[in-house]
Amino acid sequence: MTNPVTAANTSSASNVPANAPVNLPYTKESFVSGQEVRWCPGCGDYSILATVQRTLAKSAFPKEKYVFISGIGCSSRFPYYMNTYGFHTIHGRAPTIATGLKCVNPELSIWVITGDGDGLSIGGNHLIHCMRRNVSINILLVNNQIYGLTKGQYSPTSPVGQITKSSPYGSIEHPINALCVAIAAESTFIARTLDTDPAHMSYVLDRASKHKGVSFVEIYQNCVIFNDKAFAPVIGRDTREDRMIYLEDGKPLVFGKKREKSVRLKGLQPEIVEIDKVNSKELILHNEKDPSPHYAYLLTQMEYPEMPVPFGVFRAVERPAYEEMMGKQIEEITKAKGKGDLKNLIYGSNTWTVK
Amino acid sequence: MTVEKDRSVTSSVTVRFAGDSGDGMQLTGDQFTDTTAIMGNDFATLPEYPAEIRAPAGTLPGVSSFQIQFSDSIIFTPGDSADVLVAMNPAALKVNLCNIKKGGLIIVNENTFLEGNLAKANWKSNPLQDDTLKDFQVLKVELSELTRNALKDLPLKPSEVDRSKNFFALGMMFWLYDRSLDHTIAWIKAKFAKRPEIVEGNIMALKAGYNFADITELLPTQYHVKESVQEPGIYRKVSGNEATAIGFVAAAHLAGKALFYGSYPITPASSILQELAKYKNFGVKTFQAEDEIAAIGSAIGAAFGGELGVTGTSGPGLCLKAEALNLAVMTELPLVIIDAQRAGPSTGMPTKPEQGDLLQALYGRNGESPIAVLAPKTPSDCFYMAIEAVRLAIKYMTPVIFLSDGYLAEAAEPWKLPDISKLPKIEVTHPKAGKEPFLPYSRNPETLARPWAKVGTAGLEHRIGGLAKADLTGNVSYDGENNQKMINLRAEKIRRIANDIPEAALRGPESGKLLILSWGGTYGGVFQAVSEFESKNVKISHVHLNYLNPFPKNLGNIVSRFEKVLVPELNMGQLLMLLRNQFPGINAVGFNKVQGQTFKVAEIVDKIKELL
Repeated sequence: MTNPVTAANTSSASNVPANAPVNLPYTKESFVSGQEVRWCPGCGDYSILATVQRTLAKSAFPKEKYVFISGIGCSSRFPYYMNTYGFHTIHGRAPTIATGLKCVNPELSIWVITGDGDGLSIGGNHLIHCMRRNVSINILLVNNQIYGLTKGQYSPTSPVGQITKSSPYGSIEHPINALCVAIAAESTFIARTLDTDPAHMSYVLDRASKHKGVSFVEIYQNCVIFNDKAFAPVIGRDTREDRMIYLEDGKPLVFGKKREKSVRLKGLQPEIVEIDKVNSKELILHNEKDPSPHYAYLLTQMEYPEMPVPFGVFRAVERPAYEEMMGKQIEEITKAKGKGDLKNLIYGSNTWTVK
Repeated sequence: MTVEKDRSVTSSVTVRFAGDSGDGMQLTGDQFTDTTAIMGNDFATLPEYPAEIRAPAGTLPGVSSFQIQFSDSIIFTPGDSADVLVAMNPAALKVNLCNIKKGGLIIVNENTFLEGNLAKANWKSNPLQDDTLKDFQVLKVELSELTRNALKDLPLKPSEVDRSKNFFALGMMFWLYDRSLDHTIAWIKAKFAKRPEIVEGNIMALKAGYNFADITELLPTQYHVKESVQEPGIYRKVSGNEATAIGFVAAAHLAGKALFYGSYPITPASSILQELAKYKNFGVKTFQAEDEIAAIGSAIGAAFGGELGVTGTSGPGLCLKAEALNLAVMTELPLVIIDAQRAGPSTGMPTKPEQGDLLQALYGRNGESPIAVLAPKTPSDCFYMAIEAVRLAIKYMTPVIFLSDGYLAEAAEPWKLPDISKLPKIEVTHPKAGKEPFLPYSRNPETLARPWAKVGTAGLEHRIGGLAKADLTGNVSYDGENNQKMINLRAEKIRRIANDIPEAALRGPESGKLLILSWGGTYGGVFQAVSEFESKNVKISHVHLNYLNPFPKNLGNIVSRFEKVLVPELNMGQLLMLLRNQFPGINAVGFNKVQGQTFKVAEIVDKIKELL
């Protein structure tokens, strides 16, 4: 299936006609570090790594200004494979390090690579706060619904009933929905993409990188060893037309083998309808810029098997970025009070002299 | 008509103001202190707040106190026990009775000694009427009533009138110790400029208190404390946390760096964050993180970005920061962690000091994780040690723990201000891209520090992280021999700091029977105890440690010259354990206290007598 968003946007996003000669300083190889990539053969992370490298090569943004920061987990090995600045930190804490770095150097393009365990379990708190502060960081949450690096325990996104090494009789935990968390924290950019559609992923990553403020991207990723084909019911070759929706701003949520189905609201719930049987005005038109998070939340609640699963940009709204506000406040106070004088600071307002 | 009064000159006085949290005791104490400073006495102060924000009025947990010792000579402690206690209610009396000298003066607000208040403070009978206070001089003053009378013609609400009674008490103390009212009057005028009637009320209460003390027959003597002989210079009053905050701003300035302070509010370190948040026009970036881990994470991020990353906390927060601290050890980034120690374990006694985190600072992490640890000794010393912590962190590319404590954090003293132009610059170098590939784990042959590449520098793109590092390249390495080498290198790097710090200064005889070895915030009490012996021509030797890891180079030699080493600590013997480990021949004796209070001078004096 060709996803319509990518087809429509690959050329317009860069404002360069396809196949035109371009003069960019980088190739994909510019972003490949000398480290041997050590993910399992067939791991979805390979596609994510290559897509990130290819996407960055499409821009002239200086390579030394990119920083990849990760926590712990399979996907968190990512920075070692990027020929940029990188920091493989500790479990769940990447957003904190990224935040401090962005505060002291707002010019950097900072990417946090995290997973469902790293970001939603041990690091859940940091993820929430990084998003609500709207620090201009791109967070890629690689979701494979399993703990891979520790060899196969259930994760906070594993479905109820999943048999894993630590849930031999099935997980009894209700899974957390990554994008719901992002909505709850009022992330200003929220998107979902998948490892098996590099073109769509590249489009989403490009959008994320251009967004001012925090951007949160969930990437469905296949763990070939411990949770193979976890997303196949949705994104599998035979089912995807009926179970995936590629979001397009301003357009109805269309899906189906013949693009014959869409979604309308029934009360507060989305309902699947056949396009030719309803008035087109009843269909939900996708609106990335809806200032209220309600609509984006509704999209995040569209889950398999009841509903088709949306992919693409759920939300892209504007709110002042944290690092900008921090800089602006310093600027304003400095303007009002004058540049701080160390002597005045040390001496304080109340001194006395001993002769 | 005035009563003829005696005037007596005295050398040193300790006054304690105590009342309900809402009685304005801290403000009263601050005003008394400011005037004392201007009058040229040396002083040391200590506020004591309840951990509860607003405990019910009149109850024991709601008592707030402020103690000041002022003197005609050099002093370092707020005094073991008070000569005078001002108790604004029965609870304040109950809580502070143990803090008054036998024979000392207790001034009480008699109007509050009513049945309800007595019950709230757990007095079975009225202590003003039984023999509870028989060992003290008691001055019963109708403080509330006298204040109301003095202010009766002003257009103030009864609650506003009652709030002025602390100024009445302050006025009395100003008379008793022959202090001028001028500074406080000026302060009141500035502070309440928008409410002229409040200005008038407070000044009237202050003067009424002063005049009452002057004419009452119950206070027959006025005391005078002469100016102390202090080094000439310009002075200010400073608390430890103020000096710490200012010190880090100065350090950033001296290093030509922006200060980034990531912190999560925790007693008694919060006021450092609050203080630094004011200094935006110095380019200071404060980040109130979502938790302790985020606080240190953000500071590590700032350090990775080539700026000065500092984080501050207390013991429980240091526990939470341990893993991230180890990341800074592995990635060899400069970082300063302030730990204003409080009484533990667990939540413990949050507002009370202790020195219980020394071993945690040195060893509280997984694996072999050496870092530099230093500790300021007085409130104003926090300024200099903050600069020193930054200097070592940057020069040696290492985290440094700054071990303050709840006493230093809050205590205040006069600070002879430094000549700003003479503060030494902190040298910083960031590498630039050269012809050879960049090696993030190459080392300065002298300090063993790795280069501090600033993220964003073209040609130096590299990756760091918590996994074991290959020598030179910093690539991931699981090679056993390489791991051994890197652990040895990091340990040696910290050891070499000993070449770069002052030797321990020995006060008193070079060798002999007894050496007192103290560290951190207990300096004042130990110093004064040793002074007491000196004044009686008994020679005692004293070394105070500002550097806990590594120790000063000459420490082993010093301790070997004494028959016995007394190690007073506000813990159960943590420095003692380190000393016995590093200097196995040492005959060291611990003197340990974990009661949420610093040492009293008398306690140390007694202990020394026992050992002599």
